[in-house]
Amino acid sequence: MTSQKPFIDLKLFAALKRFAVKIPDPCPISPGITVGELLHTLGIPVDQVRLIFINGIKGDFSSVLNGNERLGIFPSVGGG
Amino acid sequence: MSSLQDKLKKIAKPLKLPDGSPYLSLSLEKTSALADEFGIGKSSVETTALGEEITPERYARNMKSFSFEDQMKLLNANIGVVGLGGLGGVVCEILARLGIGKLTLIDGDAFQDSNLNRQFLCTEEGMGGSKAGAAAGRIKKINSSVAVQAYDEFINEQSVLEQIRSCDAVADCLDTIHTRFILERAVKTAGIPLVSGAVSGSWGQATTIFPEDTGFQSIYGNRATIPDKGSEAVMGCLAFVVTLIASIESSEIVKVILKKGALLRNRLFVADLTDNIFEIFHI
Repeated sequence: MTSQKPFIDLKLFAALKRFAVKIPDPCPISPGITVGELLHTLGIPVDQVRLIFINGIKGDFSSVLNGNERLGIFPSVGGG
Repeated sequence: MSSLQDKLKKIAKPLKLPDGSPYLSLSLEKTSALADEFGIGKSSVETTALGEEITPERYARNMKSFSFEDQMKLLNANIGVVGLGGLGGVVCEILARLGIGKLTLIDGDAFQDSNLNRQFLCTEEGMGGSKAGAAAGRIKKINSSVAVQAYDEFINEQSVLEQIRSCDAVADCLDTIHTRFILERAVKTAGIPLVSGAVSGSWGQATTIFPEDTGFQSIYGNRATIPDKGSEAVMGCLAFVVTLIASIESSEIVKVILKKGALLRNRLFVADLTDNIFEIFHI
């Protein structure tokens, strides 16, 4: 039996989208990793991250991922 | 001398909506004539007509969605539109067509070339002109029954509270995060609901904040540590997402006034038109 890493559905929005090109879709993760650790691993600048949603619910950098989550990452948006 | 009500009943014209349902109609021309004859505003003629279940023809296509009472509530509402760029220009256009009775406008900016890609109030001939003046002029052209109070000045902590105090709700159409917090503080002090929209590239978001809600802090974080410009500083803004978010804001304003339908309270509507993602998140 081969063990396979779990995946998440990672979506980067607005100006953060430019970091998505180097990230595989779906994105493999090590279960138990936090959102902050994952973003750091993927090279996404956390100082540009404003909102984190996991399966539609607000999370934060310390939220833990186990696989199969939908993770949405948003910068601040203020234009009018 | 006969009363306005009697006159209205006499001159109202029986018409049919496209689905065949009958209604009594009052034309724009007759509305103006009655306003002149009775020495009152057109808005008063329209509200009196609605009270007699006569439909001002300009609102005929609203009437399957709004009752007579709903349309009267809109005509009696005073809505603040703060920021008259991309979002604010379209919000003014929609609210004037819906029949919001009074619009209180705040923006001290003037048009420049780079506004032409998305700001509906911005025209080549109006370049360099004030956004508040252009908004007031456009509203007057669309619906001269709308009373306009325009402040040709940038939002500031000293005067915004007095400017928006008599509004029933306010649309935040600003373009910096810092000024959004200034506006939120004022509307919360005044006890008024706030509808907010923001855009960046092909991305947009909207939410509705009541005075008791957490509001911007749950979206932008702590006021003291936020950058003034968000993602839009990198991305610019595209017209189609500006009009989408302005429509969501206008719809929220109407639901706040009519106390009908689902609101985006403690929720963030987001739209990404590049990938056609539309979601509502709990914040």
